Amino acid sequence: MAQIAQCPECEAELNLQGLLVGEILYCSDCNAELEVLNVEQPEVALAPQVEEDWGE
Amino acid sequence: MRIAILASRVRVEEKLLVEALQKRDVEFEIIDDGQLLFNLAQPDERWRGYDAVLSRSVSQSRGLAVSYVLEHWGIPVYNSAQVTATCNDKMLTTLALLRAGVPVPATLLAFEQQTALEGIEQSGYPAVLKPVTGSWGRLLARVNDRDAAEAVLEHQETLGGYQHHIHYIQEYVAKPQRDIRAFVVGERTICAIYRSSTHWVTNTARGAVTSNCPVTPELSDICVRAARAVGGGILAIDLFEDEQRGLLVNEINATMEFRNSIAPTGVDIPQEILEYICSQARVAAGETPYTDRTNGLVAVSDSSIRAEVAR
Repeated sequence: MAQIAQCPECEAELNLQGLLVGEILYCSDCNAELEVLNVEQPEVALAPQVEEDWGE
Repeated sequence: MRIAILASRVRVEEKLLVEALQKRDVEFEIIDDGQLLFNLAQPDERWRGYDAVLSRSVSQSRGLAVSYVLEHWGIPVYNSAQVTATCNDKMLTTLALLRAGVPVPATLLAFEQQTALEGIEQSGYPAVLKPVTGSWGRLLARVNDRDAAEAVLEHQETLGGYQHHIHYIQEYVAKPQRDIRAFVVGERTICAIYRSSTHWVTNTARGAVTSNCPVTPELSDICVRAARAVGGGILAIDLFEDEQRGLLVNEINATMEFRNSIAPTGVDIPQEILEYICSQARVAAGETPYTDRTNGLVAVSDSSIRAEVAR
């Protein structure tokens, strides 16, 4: 079954097949940076901005 | 064997680790650090089901906090909270390296703008100002003269958080348009890369190009000593090449990124990480280890791991 989510920014359809929760993808239509929230019930959200303490 | 990967985001590195875990038939779970709720006085039994937790949080403060809690509950975390705390802080890293006699660039620490400026003037230009915490080469400043130093210090004092008011001042090492990143796992320097850039900041996050750096005995030795100095584990050591003094250790990373280092070195870094964690977990569980094929790393056989995890 296709795992299609909707981009929260532009409502484009995004295929989440093969992705993991927490993975980042870019909307093919509007290029928004998105985070996979759920694969089984496909859902993405705008990815959080890089914070000051992020790093290696 | 069950391993938890603590992550804020699933980056290329986490996916490579997942592939490595699947290849070895090791049971695992990815745990989103954003979803955690700890009752500090009441250990969550769920964690006792893991032989080890690999901390891969992109948030340094979050990853460190989780490590402290899990260790408090007796759950082994890689890297340990103490190692992570030391590596997250450039001042603590430098102190640890100095204590162990590992060569580092000359470093000054000051707390007020004017004193910091005096320090820079005494040691000479150019100098590098860095936040004591932070990563990916962000907010580094090379100051070439007094005007620039005054401007950066004022920005740090005015715009920065309290941590930016600790002025970590490092000598500028005239490196040959590259630095070295070496990967130490346990007691071995498993591989290294050159990070080359026409810019003085040579982080790959800032566009540096990577190529293989041969692990010479000298490089291996200084990296292992540097890793031991901060407590050891799974570490990325950043080094400068200085014409007179040779190799100098710049920084150490406790949750390293390695996506750009596998192809140039030909070393399967995620497998090396996993092998180390599994072997450590086996030792912790009281199993008799055998000596690893190359450098005396304590390890156990793959077959015994597979036998147990096959459920």
